[in-house]
Amino acid sequence: MHIDWASLARVAVVAAAAALTIVLLISLAVVSLSHSARRADGPDGADAAVTHAGVGTAIAALCVLAAGLIVCYGLYLIIA
Amino acid sequence: MDVSLIVVVVVITALVFDFTNGFHDTANAMATSIATGALRPKVAVAIAGCLNLVGAFLSVQVAKTISGGLVDEKLITPVVIFAGLVGAIMWNLTTWYIGLPSSSSHALFGGLIGATWVAGGVGAIHFNTVLDKVVLPALLSPVVAALIAVSVTYLSLRITRRAEPGVVSRGFKLSQRVSGSMVALAHGTNDAQKTMGVITLTLITAGTLPAGSGPPFWVVVAAGLAIGLGTYVGGWRIIRTLGRRVSDISPVQGFSADTTSAAVILSSTHLGLPLSTTQVCTGSIFGAGAGRRFAAVHWGVAGRIALAWSVTLPSAAVMGAAASWLAATGTVGVIVVAVTGIAIAAGIYGASRRNAVTPDNVNDVPTAPTPDLHLAA
Repeated sequence: MHIDWASLARVAVVAAAAALTIVLLISLAVVSLSHSARRADGPDGADAAVTHAGVGTAIAALCVLAAGLIVCYGLYLIIA
Repeated sequence: MDVSLIVVVVVITALVFDFTNGFHDTANAMATSIATGALRPKVAVAIAGCLNLVGAFLSVQVAKTISGGLVDEKLITPVVIFAGLVGAIMWNLTTWYIGLPSSSSHALFGGLIGATWVAGGVGAIHFNTVLDKVVLPALLSPVVAALIAVSVTYLSLRITRRAEPGVVSRGFKLSQRVSGSMVALAHGTNDAQKTMGVITLTLITAGTLPAGSGPPFWVVVAAGLAIGLGTYVGGWRIIRTLGRRVSDISPVQGFSADTTSAAVILSSTHLGLPLSTTQVCTGSIFGAGAGRRFAAVHWGVAGRIALAWSVTLPSAAVMGAAASWLAATGTVGVIVVAVTGIAIAAGIYGASRRNAVTPDNVNDVPTAPTPDLHLAA
């Protein structure tokens, strides 16, 4: 009986890192969007509300972009 | 039997196996997206079908041997391949009818092992390789996937616990469309190659292609179309099991499960340790369920699935052995096997129509019949 523990460990580590990173980024994006939605409806003045909502949306977009880049890079490594 | 005729029979049977591989594994990519409503059922299978087809073209590096060293390759003739494929198809159809996800790869290996056993005796089977390449990965891969999915799901739920539920649901449903698509693509890069390899090596054995040839373009197209069509037809019974019978999947859990599956499948293929897509995806879904609440998972379903996995290799082997024994008698034997296989397949399909699972009822989990209170009075 022979288990290639080294290869299995490599797969587990790489997959865990990729999955954790992508899910973390998307979760942060969702939380940012949620905060920006709350701020837009919140007690601040109209200008402040728009600014906060804009910041939240920008953070969300950045997180989604980062996640997308990781996915595309992963696909590139596999296809190339 | 005439060599060219058996080669045609093998090619057709291999494409049929690829088709069953497609609808058997649709659930891996799309069960959670359908269960959470991220995608409508027919849209989900259409996307999965297209991406399986694309995936088939992205990666045409096929195995150099049919069995991957599990059996003595010198004994693998087109008749043995035909019998092995028949065994694999019969097991795929059986588990599809029961609604249990099982590994099409292991079904194929089992069919080949059984067929080769009849052709060459027990000495033709390399049991150590079976243990190392089939049994141990089958035990370890769903556990690895489940552990990653538990961690990922727990993290995601903790981060989003105070966010607006509506935003969370919408955000993760959108994300699931991408993650489910990635699993479908990963499946296409992984599984269509089995059939391409079987057909190519059969053509080489028959002398139609020179040794060491890669798959001809028509083989790539045919295998890609077969798996894509099978995926589009959709294994609704298995989709229901993975999407609704494991636990109530939320969009957060669905996205976590899909992302874990895609990450494990793609990294394992890229790092040279191919794992069963079905076992990885099933492990991920169970892990995602447990990541929210351990007790919310229907572990009885896990037991049934584990049982199906444990008998996949021997069951497909028995069916492959029976087919090999009959087919080895000559042309008539091959015809008898083919006709019997078609009849059994038709019977299983007919039985499935009695309690059909369709795109319209795939998310409905049948409840136990309630007692007739009228009689109690």
